[in-house]
Amino acid sequence: MNQLIQSDLSLIFPEIFVLSMAMVVLMTDLFIKPSMRWIIFALSQFTLLGGAYLTGQNFSHETQFAFSNMFVRDGLADFLKMVSYVGTSLIFFYSRSYMKDRDLYRGEYFALVLFALLGMMIMISSHNMLLIYMGLEILSLCLYSLTALDRDNQKATESAIKYFVLGALASGLLLYGMSMIYGATSSLDLNVISTALLNHPTDHAILVLGLVFVVAGLAFKLGAVPFQMWVPDVYEGSPSSIAMLISSVPKLAAFAITLRILGDGLQSMMVDWKQMMLIMAVLSIGIGNITAIAQTNIKRMYAYSTISHIGFILFGLMSGTLNGYASSLFYVVSYMFMTLVSFAILMVMSRKNFECEKLEDFKGLNKRNPWYAFLMLITMLSMAGVPPTIGFYAKFMVLQAAFDAGFATFVVYAVMMALVGMFYYMRIVKLMYFDEPKLKSKLDVPMDMQWILSANALALLVVGLVPHTFMEATTQAVALSIH
Amino acid sequence: MNLTHILSYSIWTPIFLGSLILLLSGKMSDTQAKWFSLISSVISFLITIPLYTAFDFSFGQFQFQEFFHWIPAFHINYHLGVDGFAVPLILLTSFTTVIVVIASWRSIEDRVAQYMAAFLIMSGLMIGVFSALDAMLYYIFWEAMLIPMFLVIGIWGGPNRIYATIKFFLYTVLGSLLMLVAFIYLYLHTHSFEIVNFYNAGLGLYPQIFIFLALFMAFAVKIPMWPLHTWLPDAHVEAPTGGSVILAAVMLKLGAYSFMRFAMPIAPDAAIYLKDFMVTLSLIAILYIALIAIVQKDMKKLIAYSSISHMGFVTLGLFMFNAIGIEGAYVQMISHGFISAAMFLSVGVLYDRLHTRQIADYGGVIHAMPVFSAFAVFFAMANCGLPGTSGFVGEFMVIMSAMQNNFWIAMIAASSLIFGAAYSLWMVKRVFYGAPRNQKISALKDISRREFFILSILAVLIILVGVYPRVITDMTNATTAQFLEHMHLIKPVTSLPLDV
Repeated sequence: MNQLIQSDLSLIFPEIFVLSMAMVVLMTDLFIKPSMRWIIFALSQFTLLGGAYLTGQNFSHETQFAFSNMFVRDGLADFLKMVSYVGTSLIFFYSRSYMKDRDLYRGEYFALVLFALLGMMIMISSHNMLLIYMGLEILSLCLYSLTALDRDNQKATESAIKYFVLGALASGLLLYGMSMIYGATSSLDLNVISTALLNHPTDHAILVLGLVFVVAGLAFKLGAVPFQMWVPDVYEGSPSSIAMLISSVPKLAAFAITLRILGDGLQSMMVDWKQMMLIMAVLSIGIGNITAIAQTNIKRMYAYSTISHIGFILFGLMSGTLNGYASSLFYVVSYMFMTLVSFAILMVMSRKNFECEKLEDFKGLNKRNPWYAFLMLITMLSMAGVPPTIGFYAKFMVLQAAFDAGFATFVVYAVMMALVGMFYYMRIVKLMYFDEPKLKSKLDVPMDMQWILSANALALLVVGLVPHTFMEATTQAVALSIH
Repeated sequence: MNLTHILSYSIWTPIFLGSLILLLSGKMSDTQAKWFSLISSVISFLITIPLYTAFDFSFGQFQFQEFFHWIPAFHINYHLGVDGFAVPLILLTSFTTVIVVIASWRSIEDRVAQYMAAFLIMSGLMIGVFSALDAMLYYIFWEAMLIPMFLVIGIWGGPNRIYATIKFFLYTVLGSLLMLVAFIYLYLHTHSFEIVNFYNAGLGLYPQIFIFLALFMAFAVKIPMWPLHTWLPDAHVEAPTGGSVILAAVMLKLGAYSFMRFAMPIAPDAAIYLKDFMVTLSLIAILYIALIAIVQKDMKKLIAYSSISHMGFVTLGLFMFNAIGIEGAYVQMISHGFISAAMFLSVGVLYDRLHTRQIADYGGVIHAMPVFSAFAVFFAMANCGLPGTSGFVGEFMVIMSAMQNNFWIAMIAASSLIFGAAYSLWMVKRVFYGAPRNQKISALKDISRREFFILSILAVLIILVGVYPRVITDMTNATTAQFLEHMHLIKPVTSLPLDV
């Protein structure tokens, strides 16, 4: 028994570490002066580094279960956790001066983000519906409170409440769906559910009903149409750094639970969820791209662009093949890196008492600072899916998988919508390069952020030139974990 | 000299040097940037010359091949190689880039280094398009090439440049995305992105038709064929002179080249099946667009429409399916590259001096600029197909091949020579002859030595191809034979198997 627990514990070392460090960060903050905040920053980065070390240390290609199959550690989990550490670390770097300017550079911020990361890690590694739900709630509660971090900001509070109410509703839907599936299969363990569904198909109606609720809940968390209402409002209302967090790393975790529940647990109900996913993918790609054109607020535009990217991710998942899952994984990871740069540049252009959130704030960026205009150019091209950026391969893989799965018509549709999307991405390029600057002020960026941001943006291009390793990694991660 | 990697050098040298100029742009004065760009473009041009001199003319297959696995997960390879269809266009590209750099010497004052770098990078990417033997590699070059052009028109263009450049971008991308879908289909069918494997895919007629139409969208936008041509006049009018030159001389050729490289050999049955459709579109382009050209008031717009009309000859020649038609189309492509470049440069010469392109603003230029007018009249003559110039050879060969097929096609095509003469010569009459229209025109200075130099090189080349077209046809003979053999060998022309 003792032996068992020890081996179980060794699997969740990274989680334990992140949890305890988050508490250390929270406590340390009580005892230091505001001028010493860099300690908190360093501690948080150390947490991520340590987490990455612990995750990487026992890196094995074997799938290992712990705590009576509740917790799983496999290629997919390790890969996504690694990417999450990197993403979170980038978020800390990018948001530092922005948060300082707005007096939000406080211990809670770091602690909440680390707790959110913990929630994501649990989601990524859970193999049991209850644990999935628990991870999701840890993440969501952190995100709600982060959205309202700027207490005196009316807009932020409003969007936090909106996010919370709708989020709670979605959690309810998810939980309700899970309970129905539990009723039909008498288990919450994804393995057991999957075998139960294969062996003796129970009452199909209740299963499908449960599935509908589960899919609706997942779609809400991902932000797919028709459950996308909260996305633009929350992006617009929350501080840019929090919007950056919401739009980036949690998508990895949401992707992971979607893949685990649908691709693994409810695999034999693929016929049923395929249709739902198809409808959501088609609507998300269409509505996301078309509505984005009409936006003048850049954060709302990013929100709709996110919705369209989620559509593509669902499009890959919907193929229901390993190839399709791998393409979605590739997409979601490359999406995360793109969206981080896009928000980071937004924050670079914001200053104390000035929030860069209008499209026209981008006017003439090339004249003000050609380097950031160039980085933004790469990012926009990558989002639009223009080769040789990473975004192109993401779209290419998804389309290829969907085509292979027999969705040729929808591939043509998706491609046409990608064309619509290019219009508003290129509009930003147009504003940056072809228009005269409205604001003349110089951009003031800390050195470390400048280097990291440049590396991040250039990676979109460089990995686009040699995408093979990255493609292999995603294919491997999926092939090792989903059967 | 070791020529195994000559294609890679041809592609990456201008891209590397262009990026270097971009990086150093803050540290260089404009003059330094110009000289650096000129030297870079000349080096890039010299590198491509061995492609011609060392080329085995009797061998129709791909030469100078380079191969390594690039993205094994999707069987995408870095595979380069050229045949007789690609080499003249590669030389045209690197040569035109030199011309553009010289031509922009005085006319660009704002952000010179960025401008020059954009053209160098674009030149490398276009050479990449011409030499890629892997469909994905080709697609990446094809799309990447758009970005510098988008920026060139958008930053250095005329007053309505933003509308023009976004229209240009979206039109082109619309086509290329459909091409991507076609490539994915072919990939799933052959498990490879090798173009040669695409040739031997052995598809039924219906899949071929879909593939052909998807590729058609991409290439017809680029050529451009009626009715997908509307972006071109806008793009040309708004683009700076250098942009117009590259657009007309090289970019339009990419579409026609891609028909020869992809659409026709991959879907030969569909190409033959849709022959009438293609011929009709070509004839509409030749005739109707020529009529539109006559009524233009803007010189650049007139030349843009004339380009579309001339590219109609190219597609007409291609879809005659005989050797003389294809070689005629090819000669027409190269010849149009020289003539349209020359015409746009001539307009640029006038525009640099008076900052207007309206025909009505000119008149009697010949009194002030006799040397320049001689050149301009010569180019206009070449444009309407005067024997002895390259314009004649291509059109004559295409009309001859049409005659072998159908008298009326040839008749309609030939009638455009009259309209060509009408719009070219009428423009010459209004701009160059008559009494000087106003003080400004009488005060014009004749062309400088720099302008004289580039215009005379183009004039020499136009005459060279006009009197000795074998400089091109020797190159393409073997490849054309092979091309036709492939088109016929897979399935006989006469009986069309309607299997799926």
